[in-house]
Amino acid sequence: MVINSKMQDGMNIKFNEFPVTNELPSGDALKVRLGNWLLDNPVIPASGTFGYGYEFAELYDINCLGTFSFKGTTLEPRFGNPTPRIAECPAGIINSIGLQNPGVDAVINSELPRLKRCFSKKVIANVSGFSIHEYAEVAARFNECEQVGIIEVNISCPNVHNGGMSFGTTCDAAAEVTKAVKTVAQKPIFIKLSPNVTDIVSIAKACEDAGADGLSLINTLMGMRIDLHRRTPVIANKKGGFSGSAIFPVALKTVYDVYEAVKIPIMGIGGVSSADDVLEMMLAGAAAVQIGAANLIEPYICRDIIRELPSTMKKYGINKLEDIIGGAHNG
Amino acid sequence: MIQSLFRIVSNECIARNTYKMVLSGDVSSINRPGQFVNIKLKGFFLRRPISVCDINRSENTLTIVYKVVGKGTEFMSRLPMNEQLDVLVGLGNGYDTSLCGEHPLLIGGGAGVPPMFLLAKQLISEGKIPMVIVGFNTFDECFFEDEFKKIGARIIAATADGSRGVKGFVTDAMRCFNAESNDGITAYTDYCACGPEPMLKAVFDIAETIGQLSFEERMGCGFGTCMGCSCKTKYGSKRICKDGPVLVSEEVIW
Repeated sequence: MVINSKMQDGMNIKFNEFPVTNELPSGDALKVRLGNWLLDNPVIPASGTFGYGYEFAELYDINCLGTFSFKGTTLEPRFGNPTPRIAECPAGIINSIGLQNPGVDAVINSELPRLKRCFSKKVIANVSGFSIHEYAEVAARFNECEQVGIIEVNISCPNVHNGGMSFGTTCDAAAEVTKAVKTVAQKPIFIKLSPNVTDIVSIAKACEDAGADGLSLINTLMGMRIDLHRRTPVIANKKGGFSGSAIFPVALKTVYDVYEAVKIPIMGIGGVSSADDVLEMMLAGAAAVQIGAANLIEPYICRDIIRELPSTMKKYGINKLEDIIGGAHNG
Repeated sequence: MIQSLFRIVSNECIARNTYKMVLSGDVSSINRPGQFVNIKLKGFFLRRPISVCDINRSENTLTIVYKVVGKGTEFMSRLPMNEQLDVLVGLGNGYDTSLCGEHPLLIGGGAGVPPMFLLAKQLISEGKIPMVIVGFNTFDECFFEDEFKKIGARIIAATADGSRGVKGFVTDAMRCFNAESNDGITAYTDYCACGPEPMLKAVFDIAETIGQLSFEERMGCGFGTCMGCSCKTKYGSKRICKDGPVLVSEEVIW
Protein backbone atom coordinates (compact mmCIF):
# COMPACT_ATOMS: atom_id res chain seq x y z
CA MET A 1 0.00 0.00 0.00
CA VAL A 2 1.59 3.21 -1.13
CA ILE A 3 0.29 6.33 0.49
CA ASN A 4 -0.84 8.74 -2.13
CA SER A 5 -0.76 12.39 -1.19
CA LYS A 6 -4.09 12.92 -2.93
CA MET A 7 -5.85 10.58 -0.51
CA GLN A 8 -8.25 12.23 1.89
CA ASP A 9 -8.01 12.23 5.65
CA GLY A 10 -9.58 9.16 7.12
CA MET A 11 -9.61 7.32 3.82
CA ASN A 12 -9.61 3.69 4.78
CA ILE A 13 -6.81 1.67 3.30
CA LYS A 14 -9.16 -1.26 3.74
CA PHE A 15 -10.99 -0.11 0.59
CA ASN A 16 -14.33 -0.92 2.17
CA GLU A 17 -16.04 0.75 -0.72
CA PHE A 18 -14.95 -1.94 -3.18
CA PRO A 19 -16.57 -5.35 -2.91
CA VAL A 20 -13.55 -7.62 -2.60
CA THR A 21 -14.91 -10.52 -4.63
CA ASN A 22 -15.54 -8.35 -7.70
CA GLU A 23 -12.10 -6.83 -7.58
CA LEU A 24 -10.10 -10.01 -7.32
CA PRO A 25 -8.77 -11.63 -10.45
CA SER A 26 -10.08 -15.02 -11.43
CA GLY A 27 -9.46 -17.34 -14.36
CA ASP A 28 -6.58 -19.56 -15.30
CA ALA A 29 -3.83 -16.97 -15.66
CA LEU A 30 -2.99 -17.06 -11.96
CA LYS A 31 -3.56 -20.76 -11.34
CA VAL A 32 -0.59 -22.85 -10.22
CA ARG A 33 -0.13 -26.48 -9.30
CA LEU A 34 1.39 -27.98 -6.20
CA GLY A 35 1.43 -31.66 -7.11
CA ASN A 36 -2.21 -32.51 -7.87
CA TRP A 37 -3.55 -29.45 -6.06
CA LEU A 38 -4.57 -26.66 -8.40
CA LEU A 39 -4.44 -23.34 -6.55
CA ASP A 40 -6.38 -20.27 -7.72
CA ASN A 41 -3.18 -18.26 -7.35
CA PRO A 42 0.32 -18.76 -5.91
CA VAL A 43 -0.10 -16.46 -2.90
CA ILE A 44 0.12 -18.33 0.41
CA PRO A 45 0.55 -16.68 3.84
CA ALA A 46 3.41 -18.44 5.62
CA SER A 47 3.16 -20.38 8.84
CA GLY A 48 3.45 -18.33 12.00
CA THR A 49 2.39 -15.06 10.39
CA PHE A 50 -1.28 -15.90 9.82
CA GLY A 51 -2.32 -17.81 12.95
CA TYR A 52 -5.23 -20.08 12.08
CA GLY A 53 -6.63 -17.45 9.77
CA TYR A 54 -9.34 -15.77 11.88
CA GLU A 55 -7.57 -12.50 12.65
CA PHE A 56 -7.31 -11.94 8.91
CA ALA A 57 -10.79 -13.29 8.14
CA GLU A 58 -12.05 -10.34 10.22
CA LEU A 59 -10.28 -8.03 7.74
CA TYR A 60 -10.98 -9.57 4.34
CA ASP A 61 -12.39 -12.69 2.71
CA ILE A 62 -9.40 -15.01 2.99
CA ASN A 63 -10.87 -17.32 0.36
CA CYS A 64 -9.08 -15.10 -2.17
CA LEU A 65 -5.79 -16.72 -1.10
CA GLY A 66 -4.21 -19.64 -2.92
CA THR A 67 -4.30 -21.25 0.52
CA PHE A 68 -2.37 -20.61 3.73
CA SER A 69 -0.02 -22.47 6.03
CA PHE A 70 -1.24 -22.44 9.61
CA LYS A 71 0.75 -21.94 12.81
CA GLY A 72 3.37 -24.65 13.44
CA THR A 73 1.74 -27.40 15.45
CA THR A 74 3.32 -29.83 17.89
CA LEU A 75 1.97 -32.94 19.63
CA GLU A 76 1.51 -31.21 22.99
CA PRO A 77 0.41 -27.61 23.67
CA ARG A 78 3.34 -25.21 24.03
CA PHE A 79 3.43 -21.76 25.62
CA GLY A 80 6.68 -20.98 23.85
CA ASN A 81 9.61 -18.85 24.89
CA PRO A 82 9.79 -16.03 27.44
CA THR A 83 9.26 -12.45 26.20
CA PRO A 84 10.60 -10.27 24.65
CA ARG A 85 10.25 -12.52 21.62
CA ILE A 86 10.59 -9.82 18.98
CA ALA A 87 13.44 -7.58 17.83
CA GLU A 88 13.26 -5.08 14.99
CA CYS A 89 15.91 -4.81 12.28
CA PRO A 90 16.28 -2.60 9.24
CA ALA A 91 14.01 -4.29 6.67
CA GLY A 92 13.20 -7.21 8.92
CA ILE A 93 12.22 -8.74 12.22
CA ILE A 94 13.79 -11.33 14.50
CA ASN A 95 11.40 -13.62 16.35
CA SER A 96 11.82 -16.29 18.94
CA ILE A 97 8.25 -17.38 19.61
CA GLY A 98 9.23 -20.92 20.51
CA LEU A 99 6.43 -22.68 18.60
CA GLN A 100 3.60 -21.48 20.81
CA ASN A 101 0.57 -23.55 19.78
CA PRO A 102 -2.37 -25.32 21.41
CA GLY A 103 -1.23 -28.82 20.37
CA VAL A 104 -2.50 -31.08 17.61
CA ASP A 105 -5.67 -32.19 19.42
CA ALA A 106 -6.87 -28.64 20.01
CA VAL A 107 -6.00 -27.68 16.43
CA ILE A 108 -8.05 -30.55 15.02
CA ASN A 109 -10.93 -30.25 17.46
CA SER A 110 -11.22 -26.46 17.79
CA GLU A 111 -9.14 -24.48 15.29
CA LEU A 112 -9.95 -26.39 12.09
CA PRO A 113 -13.75 -26.48 12.65
CA ARG A 114 -13.63 -22.74 13.40
CA LEU A 115 -11.51 -22.13 10.31
CA LYS A 116 -14.00 -24.01 8.16
CA ARG A 117 -16.56 -21.30 8.82
CA CYS A 118 -14.41 -18.65 7.12
CA PHE A 119 -12.20 -20.62 4.72
CA SER A 120 -13.63 -23.12 2.24
CA LYS A 121 -10.33 -24.20 0.67
CA LYS A 122 -7.90 -26.80 1.90
CA VAL A 123 -5.12 -25.55 4.10
CA ILE A 124 -1.45 -26.37 4.64
CA ALA A 125 -0.80 -28.01 8.02
CA ASN A 126 2.59 -26.93 9.37
CA VAL A 127 4.07 -29.60 11.61
CA SER A 128 6.90 -29.28 14.09
CA GLY A 129 8.46 -31.79 16.44
CA PHE A 130 11.30 -32.49 18.77
CA SER A 131 11.64 -36.17 17.88
CA ILE A 132 11.06 -38.35 14.84
CA HIS A 133 8.17 -39.93 16.68
CA GLU A 134 6.52 -36.55 17.31
CA TYR A 135 6.73 -35.52 13.65
CA ALA A 136 5.19 -38.81 12.56
CA GLU A 137 2.46 -38.66 15.19
CA VAL A 138 1.36 -35.11 14.34
CA ALA A 139 1.55 -35.76 10.59
CA ALA A 140 -0.53 -38.93 11.00
CA ARG A 141 -3.20 -36.93 12.82
CA PHE A 142 -3.37 -34.23 10.14
CA ASN A 143 -3.39 -36.90 7.44
CA GLU A 144 -6.90 -37.76 8.64
CA CYS A 145 -8.18 -34.19 8.27
CA GLU A 146 -10.20 -33.55 5.16
CA GLN A 147 -9.40 -29.81 5.42
CA VAL A 148 -5.65 -30.40 5.07
CA GLY A 149 -4.28 -30.33 1.53
CA ILE A 150 -0.54 -30.47 2.22
CA ILE A 151 1.48 -31.32 5.30
CA GLU A 152 4.44 -28.96 5.59
CA VAL A 153 7.13 -30.30 7.88
CA ASN A 154 9.33 -27.74 9.62
CA ILE A 155 12.62 -29.52 10.26
CA SER A 156 14.41 -26.52 11.78
CA CYS A 157 13.49 -27.72 15.29
CA PRO A 158 16.11 -29.10 17.66
CA ASN A 159 16.19 -32.89 18.12
CA VAL A 160 15.91 -33.58 21.85
CA HIS A 161 17.42 -37.03 21.28
CA ASN A 162 20.48 -35.66 19.54
CA GLY A 163 21.86 -32.93 21.76
CA GLY A 164 19.39 -30.37 20.40
CA MET A 165 20.87 -30.36 16.94
CA SER A 166 18.34 -29.28 14.34
CA PHE A 167 16.92 -32.06 12.12
CA GLY A 168 17.39 -29.80 9.15
CA THR A 169 21.16 -29.55 9.41
CA THR A 170 22.16 -32.97 8.08
CA CYS A 171 21.04 -34.97 5.07
CA ASP A 172 20.56 -38.09 7.19
CA ALA A 173 18.33 -36.46 9.81
CA ALA A 174 16.30 -34.61 7.16
CA ALA A 175 15.80 -37.84 5.22
CA GLU A 176 14.88 -39.72 8.38
CA VAL A 177 12.10 -37.23 9.25
CA THR A 178 10.86 -37.28 5.65
CA LYS A 179 10.67 -41.09 5.60
CA ALA A 180 8.96 -41.25 8.98
CA VAL A 181 6.29 -38.79 7.90
CA LYS A 182 5.84 -40.39 4.46
CA THR A 183 5.32 -43.78 6.13
CA VAL A 184 2.30 -42.55 8.10
CA ALA A 185 0.77 -39.96 5.76
CA GLN A 186 -0.58 -40.20 2.23
CA LYS A 187 -1.19 -36.48 1.80
CA PRO A 188 1.56 -34.56 -0.03
CA ILE A 189 4.52 -33.85 2.24
CA PHE A 190 6.50 -30.63 1.79
CA ILE A 191 9.67 -30.33 3.85
CA LYS A 192 10.44 -26.78 5.02
CA LEU A 193 14.19 -26.36 5.10
CA SER A 194 16.41 -24.19 7.25
CA PRO A 195 18.92 -21.94 5.47
CA ASN A 196 21.27 -22.16 8.45
CA VAL A 197 23.24 -25.03 6.92
CA THR A 198 26.41 -25.48 4.90
CA ASP A 199 24.80 -27.06 1.84
CA ILE A 200 21.04 -26.75 1.51
CA VAL A 201 21.04 -28.28 -1.99
CA SER A 202 22.27 -31.64 -0.72
CA ILE A 203 19.70 -31.59 2.10
CA ALA A 204 16.98 -30.78 -0.42
CA LYS A 205 18.07 -33.72 -2.57
CA ALA A 206 18.14 -35.99 0.47
CA CYS A 207 14.51 -35.05 1.21
CA GLU A 208 13.51 -35.66 -2.41
CA ASP A 209 15.24 -39.05 -2.39
CA ALA A 210 13.45 -39.89 0.88
CA GLY A 211 10.11 -39.33 -0.83
CA ALA A 212 9.24 -35.69 -0.16
CA ASP A 213 6.53 -34.40 -2.51
CA GLY A 214 7.81 -30.84 -2.38
CA LEU A 215 9.98 -28.33 -0.54
CA SER A 216 9.33 -25.05 1.26
CA LEU A 217 12.34 -22.74 1.02
CA ILE A 218 13.42 -21.02 3.26
CA ASN A 219 12.79 -20.83 6.98
CA THR A 220 14.24 -17.85 8.91
CA LEU A 221 17.94 -17.03 9.14
CA MET A 222 19.38 -17.06 12.66
CA GLY A 223 20.13 -13.61 14.00
CA MET A 224 20.21 -11.41 17.07
CA ARG A 225 20.16 -7.80 18.31
CA ILE A 226 21.77 -6.31 21.40
CA ASP A 227 20.22 -3.52 23.49
CA LEU A 228 22.91 -0.86 23.78
CA HIS A 229 21.51 0.60 27.01
CA ARG A 230 21.23 -2.72 28.81
CA ARG A 231 24.11 -4.45 27.01
CA THR A 232 22.03 -7.59 26.74
CA PRO A 233 20.36 -9.35 23.81
CA VAL A 234 16.98 -7.78 22.95
CA ILE A 235 15.26 -11.16 22.77
CA ALA A 236 14.89 -13.14 26.01
CA ASN A 237 16.05 -16.28 24.23
CA LYS A 238 19.05 -14.25 22.95
CA LYS A 239 18.82 -15.40 19.32
CA GLY A 240 15.94 -15.82 16.91
CA GLY A 241 14.85 -16.23 13.32
CA PHE A 242 15.38 -13.28 11.02
CA SER A 243 12.78 -12.65 8.32
CA GLY A 244 11.41 -9.78 6.29
CA SER A 245 12.33 -8.09 3.04
CA ALA A 246 16.06 -8.12 3.91
CA ILE A 247 16.22 -11.89 3.37
CA PHE A 248 14.50 -11.92 -0.03
CA PRO A 249 17.74 -12.17 -2.07
CA VAL A 250 18.94 -15.05 0.12
CA ALA A 251 15.66 -16.91 -0.28
CA LEU A 252 15.59 -16.24 -4.02
CA LYS A 253 19.09 -17.63 -4.51
CA THR A 254 18.28 -20.71 -2.45
CA VAL A 255 15.18 -21.43 -4.53
CA TYR A 256 17.22 -20.88 -7.68
CA ASP A 257 19.96 -23.30 -6.57
CA VAL A 258 17.62 -26.01 -5.29
CA TYR A 259 15.39 -25.79 -8.39
CA GLU A 260 18.35 -26.93 -10.51
CA ALA A 261 18.92 -29.97 -8.28
CA VAL A 262 15.41 -31.35 -7.67
CA LYS A 263 12.28 -32.21 -9.68
CA ILE A 264 9.69 -31.78 -6.91
CA PRO A 265 7.77 -28.47 -6.61
CA ILE A 266 9.12 -25.67 -4.42
CA MET A 267 7.23 -23.09 -2.39
CA GLY A 268 9.43 -19.98 -2.27
CA ILE A 269 9.46 -18.17 1.07
CA GLY A 270 11.50 -15.30 2.45
CA GLY A 271 11.00 -11.57 2.39
CA VAL A 272 8.35 -11.56 -0.34
CA SER A 273 6.35 -8.35 -0.06
CA SER A 274 5.15 -7.38 -3.55
CA ALA A 275 3.76 -8.81 -6.78
CA ASP A 276 7.18 -8.20 -8.35
CA ASP A 277 8.77 -10.37 -5.64
CA VAL A 278 6.25 -13.14 -6.39
CA LEU A 279 7.23 -13.11 -10.07
CA GLU A 280 10.95 -13.13 -9.25
CA MET A 281 10.46 -16.06 -6.90
CA MET A 282 8.58 -17.99 -9.59
CA LEU A 283 11.20 -17.22 -12.22
CA ALA A 284 13.79 -18.62 -9.80
CA GLY A 285 11.79 -21.85 -9.66
CA ALA A 286 9.00 -21.53 -7.10
CA ALA A 287 5.67 -23.13 -8.06
CA ALA A 288 3.97 -21.07 -5.35
CA VAL A 289 5.07 -18.31 -3.02
CA GLN A 290 4.60 -17.85 0.69
CA ILE A 291 4.40 -14.45 2.33
CA GLY A 292 5.49 -14.17 5.94
CA ALA A 293 6.70 -11.16 7.90
CA ALA A 294 4.95 -8.72 5.54
CA ASN A 295 1.57 -9.90 6.91
CA LEU A 296 2.50 -8.58 10.33
CA ILE A 297 3.09 -5.05 9.07
CA GLU A 298 0.59 -4.86 6.23
CA PRO A 299 -2.36 -7.04 7.18
CA TYR A 300 -3.94 -6.74 3.73
CA ILE A 301 -0.78 -7.48 1.78
CA CYS A 302 -1.67 -10.95 0.48
CA ARG A 303 -4.99 -9.77 -0.87
CA ASP A 304 -3.35 -6.68 -2.35
CA ILE A 305 -0.66 -8.74 -4.08
CA ILE A 306 -3.30 -11.05 -5.60
CA ARG A 307 -5.14 -7.97 -6.82
CA GLU A 308 -1.96 -6.51 -8.29
CA LEU A 309 -0.72 -9.68 -9.99
CA PRO A 310 -2.65 -9.31 -13.30
CA SER A 311 -1.40 -5.78 -14.00
CA THR A 312 2.11 -6.70 -12.86
CA MET A 313 2.08 -9.74 -15.17
CA LYS A 314 0.90 -7.58 -18.03
CA LYS A 315 3.72 -5.13 -17.36
CA TYR A 316 6.28 -7.91 -17.83
CA GLY A 317 4.48 -9.64 -20.70
CA ILE A 318 3.37 -12.70 -18.71
CA ASN A 319 0.13 -14.36 -19.83
CA LYS A 320 0.08 -17.31 -17.49
CA LEU A 321 1.94 -17.63 -14.21
CA GLU A 322 2.62 -21.35 -14.58
CA ASP A 323 4.61 -20.61 -17.74
CA ILE A 324 7.28 -18.67 -15.88
CA ILE A 325 8.21 -21.17 -13.15
CA GLY A 326 11.97 -21.60 -13.33
CA GLY A 327 12.05 -19.25 -16.30
CA ALA A 328 15.26 -17.56 -15.15
CA HIS A 329 17.22 -20.77 -15.68
CA ASN A 330 17.04 -20.69 -19.47
CA GLY A 331 20.37 -20.27 -21.17
CA MET B 1 -9.40 -2.90 13.65
CA ILE B 2 -9.14 -0.84 10.52
CA GLN B 3 -6.16 0.40 8.55
CA SER B 4 -6.54 4.06 7.75
CA LEU B 5 -4.64 7.16 6.76
CA PHE B 6 -4.32 9.93 9.31
CA ARG B 7 -3.04 13.47 8.88
CA ILE B 8 -0.92 15.06 11.57
CA VAL B 9 -2.78 18.11 12.90
CA SER B 10 -0.16 18.93 15.51
CA ASN B 11 2.91 17.36 17.09
CA GLU B 12 4.36 19.26 20.02
CA CYS B 13 6.67 18.71 22.95
CA ILE B 14 4.63 18.96 26.18
CA ALA B 15 7.19 17.74 28.73
CA ARG B 16 10.74 16.40 28.72
CA ASN B 17 11.01 13.80 25.91
CA THR B 18 7.22 13.73 25.76
CA TYR B 19 5.16 14.69 22.73
CA LYS B 20 1.49 15.15 22.03
CA MET B 21 0.33 14.36 18.52
CA VAL B 22 -3.16 15.05 17.22
CA LEU B 23 -4.18 12.99 14.19
CA SER B 24 -7.13 13.48 11.89
CA GLY B 25 -8.78 10.38 10.43
CA ASP B 26 -11.32 7.62 10.97
CA VAL B 27 -11.63 6.98 14.71
CA SER B 28 -14.80 4.87 14.42
CA SER B 29 -13.05 1.62 15.31
CA ILE B 30 -11.97 2.88 18.72
CA ASN B 31 -14.61 1.69 21.15
CA ARG B 32 -12.91 1.65 24.55
CA PRO B 33 -10.35 3.66 26.48
CA GLY B 34 -7.06 1.77 26.85
CA GLN B 35 -6.98 0.64 23.22
CA PHE B 36 -4.00 1.50 21.05
CA VAL B 37 -3.03 2.38 17.50
CA ASN B 38 -0.13 0.93 15.52
CA ILE B 39 1.68 3.48 13.40
CA LYS B 40 3.80 2.80 10.32
CA LEU B 41 6.87 5.01 10.15
CA LYS B 42 8.89 5.45 7.00
CA GLY B 43 12.17 3.58 7.26
CA PHE B 44 11.13 1.34 10.15
CA PHE B 45 10.06 -2.25 9.61
CA LEU B 46 7.68 -2.66 12.54
CA ARG B 47 4.81 -0.35 13.39
CA ARG B 48 4.86 1.61 16.67
CA PRO B 49 2.07 0.72 19.11
CA ILE B 50 0.89 3.79 21.06
CA SER B 51 -2.08 4.05 23.39
CA VAL B 52 -4.94 6.38 22.59
CA CYS B 53 -5.04 9.40 24.92
CA ASP B 54 -8.17 11.08 23.60
CA ILE B 55 -10.60 10.98 20.70
CA ASN B 56 -13.01 13.50 19.28
CA ARG B 57 -15.70 11.68 17.34
CA SER B 58 -17.35 14.77 15.90
CA GLU B 59 -14.06 16.12 14.53
CA ASN B 60 -12.62 12.66 13.77
CA THR B 61 -9.38 13.29 15.60
CA LEU B 62 -7.37 11.24 18.01
CA THR B 63 -4.65 12.33 20.39
CA ILE B 64 -1.63 10.31 21.39
CA VAL B 65 0.99 11.30 23.94
CA TYR B 66 4.24 9.44 23.51
CA LYS B 67 7.66 9.41 25.06
CA VAL B 68 10.81 9.36 22.95
CA VAL B 69 12.41 6.08 23.96
CA GLY B 70 14.17 4.96 20.79
CA LYS B 71 14.84 5.71 17.16
CA GLY B 72 11.21 5.20 16.06
CA THR B 73 9.67 7.59 18.56
CA GLU B 74 12.54 10.01 17.95
CA PHE B 75 11.65 9.98 14.24
CA MET B 76 7.98 10.49 15.15
CA SER B 77 8.81 13.52 17.27
CA ARG B 78 10.26 15.26 14.21
CA LEU B 79 7.27 14.64 11.91
CA PRO B 80 5.75 17.89 10.60
CA MET B 81 2.13 18.97 10.47
CA ASN B 82 0.05 17.60 7.58
CA GLU B 83 2.28 14.57 7.09
CA GLN B 84 0.17 11.46 6.48
CA LEU B 85 0.54 8.32 8.53
CA ASP B 86 -0.64 4.77 7.84
CA VAL B 87 -2.27 3.63 11.08
CA LEU B 88 -3.96 0.47 12.33
CA VAL B 89 -6.70 1.76 14.60
CA GLY B 90 -8.83 0.19 17.33
CA LEU B 91 -6.38 -2.42 18.60
CA GLY B 92 -6.56 -4.24 21.92
CA ASN B 93 -9.39 -4.81 24.37
CA GLY B 94 -9.15 -1.63 26.48
CA TYR B 95 -10.69 -0.96 29.88
CA ASP B 96 -14.18 -2.25 30.56
CA THR B 97 -15.84 0.63 32.39
CA SER B 98 -18.83 -1.55 33.23
CA LEU B 99 -16.51 -3.30 35.69
CA CYS B 100 -15.75 0.03 37.39
CA GLY B 101 -17.64 1.15 40.50
CA GLU B 102 -18.67 4.67 41.49
CA HIS B 103 -15.20 5.83 42.57
CA PRO B 104 -12.52 4.16 40.48
CA LEU B 105 -8.91 5.04 41.18
CA LEU B 106 -6.98 5.64 37.95
CA ILE B 107 -3.24 5.19 38.27
CA GLY B 108 -0.88 6.12 35.44
CA GLY B 109 2.89 6.04 35.53
CA GLY B 110 4.93 8.01 32.95
CA ALA B 111 3.95 6.87 29.46
CA GLY B 112 1.06 5.04 31.18
CA VAL B 113 -0.68 8.34 31.98
CA PRO B 114 -2.18 9.09 28.51
CA PRO B 115 -4.77 6.26 28.35
CA MET B 116 -6.03 7.35 31.78
CA PHE B 117 -7.26 10.57 30.20
CA LEU B 118 -9.76 8.97 27.81
CA LEU B 119 -10.70 6.55 30.58
CA ALA B 120 -11.40 9.41 33.01
CA LYS B 121 -13.51 11.19 30.38
CA GLN B 122 -15.53 8.07 29.67
CA LEU B 123 -16.10 7.34 33.37
CA ILE B 124 -17.22 10.92 34.02
CA SER B 125 -19.62 10.68 31.07
CA GLU B 126 -21.06 7.56 32.71
CA GLY B 127 -21.67 9.51 35.91
CA LYS B 128 -18.82 7.93 37.83
CA ILE B 129 -16.30 9.91 39.87
CA PRO B 130 -12.76 8.85 39.03
CA MET B 131 -9.76 9.90 41.10
CA VAL B 132 -6.53 10.08 39.19
CA ILE B 133 -2.98 9.46 40.40
CA VAL B 134 -0.19 10.24 37.96
CA GLY B 135 3.43 9.38 38.62
CA PHE B 136 6.59 10.80 37.06
CA ASN B 137 10.28 10.87 37.90
CA THR B 138 10.53 14.61 38.15
CA PHE B 139 8.60 17.85 37.58
CA ASP B 140 9.81 18.48 34.03
CA GLU B 141 8.36 15.13 32.93
CA CYS B 142 4.89 15.92 34.27
CA PHE B 143 2.04 16.51 31.84
CA PHE B 144 -1.74 16.67 31.60
CA GLU B 145 -2.50 17.71 35.21
CA ASP B 146 -4.52 20.68 33.94
CA GLU B 147 -6.24 18.60 31.27
CA PHE B 148 -7.48 16.16 33.90
CA LYS B 149 -8.71 19.05 36.04
CA LYS B 150 -10.52 20.60 33.08
CA ILE B 151 -12.65 17.50 32.56
CA GLY B 152 -13.52 17.52 36.25
CA ALA B 153 -11.30 14.71 37.47
CA ARG B 154 -9.57 14.95 40.84
CA ILE B 155 -5.89 14.39 40.42
CA ILE B 156 -2.82 13.81 42.59
CA ALA B 157 0.67 13.84 41.12
CA ALA B 158 3.60 11.94 42.56
CA THR B 159 7.22 12.49 41.60
CA ALA B 160 10.13 10.29 42.60
CA ASP B 161 12.22 13.31 43.59
CA GLY B 162 9.39 15.26 45.20
CA SER B 163 9.68 18.16 42.75
CA ARG B 164 5.90 18.01 42.19
CA GLY B 165 3.09 16.66 44.37
CA VAL B 166 3.64 13.70 46.64
CA LYS B 167 7.28 12.66 46.96
CA GLY B 168 7.60 9.05 45.94
CA PHE B 169 5.81 6.60 43.68
CA VAL B 170 2.16 6.31 42.68
CA THR B 171 1.81 3.79 45.49
CA ASP B 172 2.78 6.49 48.00
CA ALA B 173 -0.05 8.62 46.65
CA MET B 174 -2.35 5.59 46.76
CA ARG B 175 -1.87 5.44 50.54
CA CYS B 176 -4.01 8.60 50.76
CA PHE B 177 -6.91 6.42 49.66
CA ASN B 178 -8.71 3.73 51.56
CA ALA B 179 -11.25 1.34 50.14
CA GLU B 180 -12.93 1.09 53.55
CA SER B 181 -13.21 4.83 54.09
CA ASN B 182 -16.63 6.45 54.58
CA ASP B 183 -15.60 10.06 54.03
CA GLY B 184 -16.72 10.13 50.40
CA ILE B 185 -13.32 11.49 49.37
CA THR B 186 -10.67 8.89 49.96
CA ALA B 187 -12.77 5.78 49.32
CA TYR B 188 -12.32 3.89 46.06
CA THR B 189 -14.32 1.06 44.60
CA ASP B 190 -11.71 -0.37 42.22
CA TYR B 191 -8.72 0.71 40.20
CA CYS B 192 -7.37 0.93 36.64
CA ALA B 193 -3.63 1.16 36.14
CA CYS B 194 -1.18 1.61 33.28
CA GLY B 195 2.58 1.89 33.57
CA PRO B 196 5.78 -0.10 33.76
CA GLU B 197 5.38 -3.62 35.10
CA PRO B 198 7.12 -2.96 38.47
CA MET B 199 4.61 -0.16 39.05
CA LEU B 200 1.68 -2.41 38.15
CA LYS B 201 2.94 -5.06 40.55
CA ALA B 202 3.37 -2.52 43.36
CA VAL B 203 -0.14 -1.16 42.73
CA PHE B 204 -1.57 -4.68 42.67
CA ASP B 205 0.18 -5.51 45.95
CA ILE B 206 -1.20 -2.60 47.96
CA ALA B 207 -4.61 -2.27 46.30
CA GLU B 208 -7.53 -3.33 48.46
CA THR B 209 -9.92 -3.92 45.56
CA ILE B 210 -10.08 -5.59 42.19
CA GLY B 211 -8.60 -3.68 39.29
CA GLN B 212 -7.75 -3.60 35.61
CA LEU B 213 -4.09 -3.41 34.61
CA SER B 214 -2.72 -2.49 31.20
CA PHE B 215 0.51 -4.28 30.27
CA GLU B 216 3.24 -3.40 27.85
CA GLU B 217 5.19 -5.87 25.73
CA ARG B 218 7.36 -5.76 22.64
CA MET B 219 4.97 -6.54 19.78
CA GLY B 220 5.33 -7.89 16.28
CA CYS B 221 1.98 -7.35 14.60
CA GLY B 222 -0.26 -5.73 17.25
CA PHE B 223 -3.38 -7.60 16.09
CA GLY B 224 -2.95 -11.07 17.51
CA THR B 225 -1.34 -13.13 14.81
CA CYS B 226 2.40 -13.44 15.53
CA MET B 227 2.26 -14.54 19.19
CA GLY B 228 5.18 -12.20 19.91
CA CYS B 229 3.61 -10.71 23.05
CA SER B 230 2.08 -13.72 24.77
CA CYS B 231 1.79 -13.89 28.54
CA LYS B 232 0.57 -16.51 30.96
CA THR B 233 -2.57 -15.76 32.94
CA LYS B 234 -4.69 -17.79 35.32
CA TYR B 235 -7.08 -18.31 32.41
CA GLY B 236 -4.41 -19.58 30.02
CA SER B 237 -2.03 -17.81 27.68
CA LYS B 238 -3.14 -14.45 26.32
CA ARG B 239 -1.83 -12.09 23.68
CA ILE B 240 -1.12 -8.66 25.17
CA CYS B 241 -2.00 -7.00 21.85
CA LYS B 242 -5.32 -8.73 21.17
CA ASP B 243 -6.65 -10.27 24.42
CA GLY B 244 -5.02 -7.39 26.35
CA PRO B 245 -3.37 -5.01 26.90
CA VAL B 246 -5.80 -4.78 29.84
CA LEU B 247 -6.01 -7.77 32.17
CA VAL B 248 -8.20 -7.97 35.27
CA SER B 249 -6.24 -8.22 38.51
CA GLU B 250 -7.49 -11.68 39.42
CA GLU B 251 -6.09 -13.31 36.27
CA VAL B 252 -2.58 -11.84 36.39
CA ILE B 253 0.33 -14.15 37.16
CA TRP B 254 3.26 -12.07 38.42
